[in-house]
Amino acid sequence: MNQSLHLWLIPLLPFAGFLLNGILGSRMPKWLVSAIGLLAPFLSFALVLNAYALTSISAASCAGCGPVAAVVLPYIETCPLPWFAIGSLHVDFSFVLDQLSLVMLLVVTGVGFLIHIYSVGYMAHEEGYARYFSFLNLFLFFMTTLVLAGNVLVMFVGWEGVGLASYLLIGFWFQKQSAAAAGKKAFIVNRIGDFGFLIGIFLLLASFGTLTFSEISAKLATNPATNPALTGGVLTVICLCLLLGATGKSAQLPLYVWLPDAMEGPTPVSALIHAATMVTAGVYMIARTHFLFDRAPIALTTVAIVGAATALFAATIGLAQNDIKRVLAYSTISQLGYMFLACGVAAYSAAIFHLVTHAFFKALLFLAAGSVIHAMGGEQDMRKMGGLRKKLPVTFWTMTVAVFTIAGFPPLAAFFSKDAILYAAFVRGTGGKILWFVGLLTAMLTALYMFRLWYMTFFGELRTADTHPHESPWSMRAPLVILALLSICGGWIGIESLSSYLAPSVGLHPAVSSTLHLELILTVVAVLVALEGWLIADKYYRRKTERPAQLAAAMPAGYNLLANKYYVDEMYDAVLVKPLFAVSRYVLGWIVDTGILGGIAWLLAGIASLTGMILQRWQSGNLRSYAAWLAAAATAVLLFVLLAQGAIPMAEPLTRSLHFTGAGH
Amino acid sequence: MSFLQHGVPLSWYLLLSAVLFSLGVVGFLIKRNIITVFMSIELMLNAVNLSFVAFAYQWHAVKGQIFVFFVMMVAAAEAAVGLAIIIAVFRVRATLAVDRIDLMKL
Repeated sequence: MNQSLHLWLIPLLPFAGFLLNGILGSRMPKWLVSAIGLLAPFLSFALVLNAYALTSISAASCAGCGPVAAVVLPYIETCPLPWFAIGSLHVDFSFVLDQLSLVMLLVVTGVGFLIHIYSVGYMAHEEGYARYFSFLNLFLFFMTTLVLAGNVLVMFVGWEGVGLASYLLIGFWFQKQSAAAAGKKAFIVNRIGDFGFLIGIFLLLASFGTLTFSEISAKLATNPATNPALTGGVLTVICLCLLLGATGKSAQLPLYVWLPDAMEGPTPVSALIHAATMVTAGVYMIARTHFLFDRAPIALTTVAIVGAATALFAATIGLAQNDIKRVLAYSTISQLGYMFLACGVAAYSAAIFHLVTHAFFKALLFLAAGSVIHAMGGEQDMRKMGGLRKKLPVTFWTMTVAVFTIAGFPPLAAFFSKDAILYAAFVRGTGGKILWFVGLLTAMLTALYMFRLWYMTFFGELRTADTHPHESPWSMRAPLVILALLSICGGWIGIESLSSYLAPSVGLHPAVSSTLHLELILTVVAVLVALEGWLIADKYYRRKTERPAQLAAAMPAGYNLLANKYYVDEMYDAVLVKPLFAVSRYVLGWIVDTGILGGIAWLLAGIASLTGMILQRWQSGNLRSYAAWLAAAATAVLLFVLLAQGAIPMAEPLTRSLHFTGAGH
Repeated sequence: MSFLQHGVPLSWYLLLSAVLFSLGVVGFLIKRNIITVFMSIELMLNAVNLSFVAFAYQWHAVKGQIFVFFVMMVAAAEAAVGLAIIIAVFRVRATLAVDRIDLMKL
């Protein structure tokens, strides 16, 4: 029971790696940078594994465990020094390890470590090698802080921190104009979401007086609808604010626009931050605060609608993209929509399940895409690829696993998680049927665009003449293989056992598994739909490769709409960015800054210099004139004092002045 | 005569002090030679010294006399510094007329 898990080391080890590589990295040999950069996440992963082992001992009935003390979840570790205390508000640096954060930590540190290994090969020839690894470690520091946070404020620190790390890594090639702009875009769009999150935090504080998750949950549980402040409107507003934060971080409608641009960063970064871990923080946050959402049905419905809409919306865009990483980016947005959909039907464990499997197969997809890009010498346009199956066998086979997984074929991981989500949506009333249908449609589109990517990249003939693709080094292939295995087996745990494991953290899975027939039918339908998507892709991108172009030519409006991503960027630019710029430049810049503020400054300066021009006449440089002014002033002061003393009648000037002089006695 | 019995009255000392001070001021203002200006300053200082001593005597307070020592000391220091400056200025400018020493003018 008293066994310490040293949770604080899990974030701090990557932080140490960040400091070492960030400060000394440029003076250290490359192998040392790699060693530090890899050791930090590895040790964190080992600590998480250790925590998992210790806690699962206590869960299982283990008589012969002997000296190993069991650890009971949730396990709380609080920094002895409080962060701050204002009045009745106490905020500590507290870390909480429960089933939810443990699962999340396993994913973050585990996948994170694999991607670190991959990065050694991928970034080997880069200029800012040490900078890259220090930022990657910094990301892990903030991400683990976010996951372990015991109160909303610590979570917010991690939340902002991962945003910072994301910004730094998107703009890793900051000499490139587009990369720098993409970094800024990600940061600014996330600010909008963070604004919502902050308002949510303030409202939580105002209505509960505490920011600790467990205390808020306890207060909600002990006040069964008696306290009006804890039910209805306030909770809905809080949840909607939190949802706004989540849509920013997790790239949901309407704040998803930063994620496709974030592909300007190095591919392992896209895999780690913009696919597997950081963008799932919104899902994690909703699951973490599920006790709020459970009591705010309107907000919960909004979550489901946002998720379903995003899933479908992003999947349709993904159909018409030609940049291999952009396809994956829209796929990520779409899959995150699935997770939101699951949260919205209160199937939090299904959301976490899909989060985990998604982390495996999407990281794999990105890393395999990175391997393809690496082999093509930096080329990302799928129209210039093709026929890479023979040249890159390991990449091809791992990518194949990932494609079949994301399409949802049994017995691969996403089959189970996607199925759990669709089932949970289906059994959720009439509205749930619509959500289920949207999810199903998305599943077909997902299969379609993923097989399109697969065919365009690996089949047919190489469409670029002067490239000689070569397989990547082992440091890149090994993570691919491991992730492929995880993508195959990751779903075998099953939703039942996972949801019963997660139940103490996120509540019971609402879906009852008594209607086995229904579940079976739904599963078969989902698989058939995925198969349909594959067949369409097979027809259009393998057998009749001229058809997509004809189709696009036949429906230019529809194709352009998709290829230009529904013109959302252009719309935001016209509706928000341009007016803001105009207001900044003309109203704030010209009128307020130059006109009012500048005018005041000029006025003050004018007064000062005018006064100076007048006063400088005194500065004649003539000593005697100075002395005369001095004497005159002294006389004036003397007269004034005498006047004030009432001594002006001058009846007895001597005695008066004596009084005056003697006043000091 | 009363002052033979009671000593010189205070007002006489003060009048003398005022006259000396005014002479100093006038000398300061109208003289061009910097040495004369300097001597005028000393005259003003000593006029003030005189009134200090007179008051101290009148009120039987030793503070005024102590102040006189301070003033003398400052005057001595000032004389030393001032004369050094005057010599330095004369070496450079070859003049002692204060009106001509106006390089700091705008």
